[in-house]
Amino acid sequence: MLAVLTTRARLEERMIFDALERRGVAYEAVDDRTLVEDLQAGPAVRYSGVFNRIMSHTRSVYAARLFEASGHQVLNSSQVVETCGDKILTSLALVRAGLPTPRTVVSVTPDGALKAMEMIGYPAVVKPAVGSWGRLLSKVNDRDAAETLIEHKQALKSPAHNVYYVQELIDKPGRDIRVIVLGDRVAAAVYRRSEHWITNTARGATTERCALTPDLVKLSLRAAEAVGGGMLAVDLIERSSGELLVTEVNHTMEFHGLAAVADVDIADLIVEHVQEVLLR
Amino acid sequence: MTTATASICPDCTETVPVSAGLRVTSIVVCPGCKVELEVISLDPAEFALAPEIEEDFGE
Repeated sequence: MLAVLTTRARLEERMIFDALERRGVAYEAVDDRTLVEDLQAGPAVRYSGVFNRIMSHTRSVYAARLFEASGHQVLNSSQVVETCGDKILTSLALVRAGLPTPRTVVSVTPDGALKAMEMIGYPAVVKPAVGSWGRLLSKVNDRDAAETLIEHKQALKSPAHNVYYVQELIDKPGRDIRVIVLGDRVAAAVYRRSEHWITNTARGATTERCALTPDLVKLSLRAAEAVGGGMLAVDLIERSSGELLVTEVNHTMEFHGLAAVADVDIADLIVEHVQEVLLR
Repeated sequence: MTTATASICPDCTETVPVSAGLRVTSIVVCPGCKVELEVISLDPAEFALAPEIEEDFGE
């Protein structure tokens, strides 16, 4: 029996459940709110594998660790979830692998934040290290805006919000690229297009099919490998020169925008990969 | 899976349709007050106010 850890049955989870049922895979949808474990006794149920679709980064890391501690194989692994869910750790992995990525400066205190933004130059992009759906992203156009942002983030009284992840703003052509990687192969890619500088489908970006060029495939596979590999959504942007840069690697991929335009059944490919890795 | 049915919003008591394909933990929006509701049961259909989206949700 496969465990599918969930928080909500979003469109993606419903597509995954449908694909599991079409393939005749026995599974149990495990609501993360029901996970309670005595660490000495281990989990009450033994599964043949664990497919992690938890929406919360924090819950996802701990749930994966709990199952791994009892010998379960979890997709994606806790190490991959930890790396991908934290933009600083992701950038460190990308830089370590020598991959092209936007110039990034990190400050671990508000005191260093202004210097970090001045090092990048204006406009600078400030993102929460842990965050999603394009929330709390700031385009900082000048020093006045930088000082205001720092003051507002300090007012949040949250240690996490007073670590500063600062990147250069890329003059991209109104779109970014999402590439779905399943193990050692690329399944599909889409452009995400928006008039806004944030090109996230959660913020209204629209999707259209993107051709899988050899460069795009190679870079996406290297980015996935850099964070530990697995089932991943690699996000890339293009400089006006055409150079591809890796911006993020996502561990619990959302693919409703991609599924709407892709010529492959992405949920079925995901389930096929889960079977190959967890149920072989 | 479920057949189409309906129940009421626990917040405003508006009738909320349940379309085929919804599952327990699916989220629907109440047509009356627009609040997000979580499907907590399908036979019969029952809703609860959906948990808040937390800061570290999503990707």
